[in-house]
Amino acid sequence: MFKKITLALLITWPFLAIAQTAEEKGLQIAKAADAYDQGFVDFTANMQMILKNKKGEVSKRQIRIRTLEVDGDGDKSMSIFDEPADVKGTAMLTYSHGLKPDDQWLYLPAIKRVKRINSRNKSGPFMGSEFAFEDLGSQEVEKYSYKYLRDEACEDRQCFVIERIPAYKFSGYTRQQVWLDQQDYRLMKADFYDRKNELLKTLTASDYQQYLGRYWRPGKMEMINHQNGKSTTLEWSDYRFKTGLQDRDFKSQTLKRVR
Amino acid sequence: MRYWLVLYLWLTLAWPAVALKSSGNLAAEFLLFPQSAQFSDQMDENVTLSFQPKFSHEWNQGKDLLSAEFFLRMDNKDENREHADIRELKWLHVSGDNEWRVGIDTVFWGVTESRHLVDVINQTDRLEGFDGEDKLGQPMLQYTHIMDAGVFHFFMLAGFREPEFRGSKGRLRLPLLIDASQSLYESSDQDEHIDFALRYTHFTGDTELGFSVFNGTDRDPLFLPGLDNNGNNVLIPFYQQMTQFGFDVQSIIGDWTWKLELIHRDGNSDTFTAATGGFEYTLYGILETAVDLGTLLEYSAEDREENEAIFDNDLFGGLRFAFNDVQSTEILAGIIVDTEKSSKSFRVEASRRIGDNWKLTGEIQVFTDVESSDPLVAFSQDDYLLVEFARYY
Repeated sequence: MFKKITLALLITWPFLAIAQTAEEKGLQIAKAADAYDQGFVDFTANMQMILKNKKGEVSKRQIRIRTLEVDGDGDKSMSIFDEPADVKGTAMLTYSHGLKPDDQWLYLPAIKRVKRINSRNKSGPFMGSEFAFEDLGSQEVEKYSYKYLRDEACEDRQCFVIERIPAYKFSGYTRQQVWLDQQDYRLMKADFYDRKNELLKTLTASDYQQYLGRYWRPGKMEMINHQNGKSTTLEWSDYRFKTGLQDRDFKSQTLKRVR
Repeated sequence: MRYWLVLYLWLTLAWPAVALKSSGNLAAEFLLFPQSAQFSDQMDENVTLSFQPKFSHEWNQGKDLLSAEFFLRMDNKDENREHADIRELKWLHVSGDNEWRVGIDTVFWGVTESRHLVDVINQTDRLEGFDGEDKLGQPMLQYTHIMDAGVFHFFMLAGFREPEFRGSKGRLRLPLLIDASQSLYESSDQDEHIDFALRYTHFTGDTELGFSVFNGTDRDPLFLPGLDNNGNNVLIPFYQQMTQFGFDVQSIIGDWTWKLELIHRDGNSDTFTAATGGFEYTLYGILETAVDLGTLLEYSAEDREENEAIFDNDLFGGLRFAFNDVQSTEILAGIIVDTEKSSKSFRVEASRRIGDNWKLTGEIQVFTDVESSDPLVAFSQDDYLLVEFARYY
C-alpha cells in the first residue's frame, strides 16, 4: 500500500510541477519577491529627478523620501520637496493601499494649509515627470494579477519575465511586463502598456546596492516614454534603513513641521 | 520697521553659524486698473516689490525647530500699503505625541475654496492680495496632542493684530477711508486681549472632520461713522468680543470631493450663522492629455443683515486646469454670482514656472452688473490685471 502511494507520487510528481499554471507561477514569483523585501521597517532616502524633453532640455527636482512599512497594507510615505525653489517646503503624505485609492495629504507652505487630496487617479504624472503616481507607490502583491512568461538573460543574470495586469480599476495601464532577476528578485526592467495596449514607457533600474545585508535598492531608475520622446531619471542616494521612524511621524499633522 | 530690520540682520548674520536653511522669494508686481476710478486720488496702475525670506534651523532630530518668515512690501504710491510683517518666528518642540509652539505663527483651518469661514486665528493682511488669503503673523502659544482618535489643538493668542487698511490712493476700497488710528475695542484690554481657541480634527477613511471654538477679539471689524482730525468723514473700526463655534467636513466619494464649513458667531454687536458648502469634481487627463480639469461649485449663505453681508446668498463656480507639465502650469477661473442681486465677480488666476527659479503669476478680476444697493458697488470700477514675476531661492 505505502509503496503504491510512493510509486504514484513518483510518477505524478513531474506532472504536478507542470500542472502549475503560468498564472500560479507568476503569483508565486511575485509573492517570493514581496517576502524578500519584507521587514525593512523604515527607510529614508534622497531622490533627484532629472526630467528631459525631446530637445534634451533638462529640469531637476530634489525630494527627500521617508517610508514606513505597514503590515498587511501599503506603506506610509512622506515626500518633502526641496527643488524647484518655488515648491520648497511642500510635503506630501501618502497612505498607500492595494486596491483602494490611497489616502493622500499635501502641505502647501505658501498658505500653511494641509489639504486632503482626491487620489483615486494614480495614473497622472508625478511633478510633470514621466513617472505616474502609481509607478512610485508601494508595490503590494494584490495590486496585480500575474502571469509567468519565460526565463531570459538580463545583463549578467537570469531573469523571470512576468506579465502583470493592474487590479486597480483606475490604473493607466492595461498590462506591464517586468524582468525580475532570479537570484535577488530585483526589478531590472519594466514595459508599460497604455489603455490602448500600446507600449508607452520602459523603466530600467540599475546601480543596485544591498542594505542591511538583505534589501536591494536601485541607485538609478530611468523611465523612457516611447510616445512623447521624453524621459525621467531618478537618482537615489543616502539610503538609510531602520532609522527609528514611527507611526506618529506619518500623520497629516506632521506635514506642518517637516523641514 | 526698525526692529524688523534689526531682527532680519541678526538672522542673516548670526544664523549661518548654525546649520541654517534659508529660502524665500523676491517679486515684482504690476497692477493695472483699466477703468477710471470712482473716488478721487485712486491710482490707475502701480508697480511694487515684495520680499519674503524664510529661515529654519532644526536640531534634536527634528524635535526642535526654530523657524522664521518675514514679509516686506515696498510701495511708492500707496504709503499705507508699504508694510512689513513677521509671518512666523517660533520655536517648535516635539515630545512624543505632544507638540508645543511658542512665538508668532500662521495657522489655517478649513476646507472650502471660495470663502474661509472657520479660519479665525490669524488676521487677514488687508494690504496684500484681494482674495484675503494673506495673513498677519499672530503671537501665540500652541499645544497639540496627537491621538489615534484625532488631533487636539489648544491656542492661547497673546494680543490682537490690528490690520492696516488701504489708503486714499488704493483701489478696491470703500468710499470713505478707514481711520485705524481711532480703532475702538469692546474689551477694556483693547488690542492686548488674550484670546483662546480649541480645535479637534480627525479623519476616518475618506472623511476629514474639524470642530473648533474661538473666544476673543473678532478679526472682522464693524465700521462706525466718524470724523478724522481734519473733520473728514471716515469709518472707524470697532472690534467686538465674540465666541465662534465652527465645524468643517470634507469627504471624498469617487472623483467627488464634498466640502462644508459652518460657523455660529456670537457677539454683543453682531451675531450670525453662516455656511459655505459645495464640491470639487475632477476629470483626469482630459482629451487624452495629462491635463486634469477640476470643476468647483460652492454656495455661501449667512443670516446677517443684507447690507452688512457681502456673502449672503452667493454661488461660486470654478474651473481648475492643472497641466501636470514640467512648468507646473495652472489656471483657475471662477465666478461669484449673487443669487438675489445681479452682481457678478469673475476672476482668473494663472501661474507657471519659468526655468528652475522663476515664477510668473497672472490675475484678472472683473466685476459686472453690480447693483447700486450691493456693498460691492464700491469696487464696481475696480476691474484689474495683476502680473507678478517672482524669483525663488
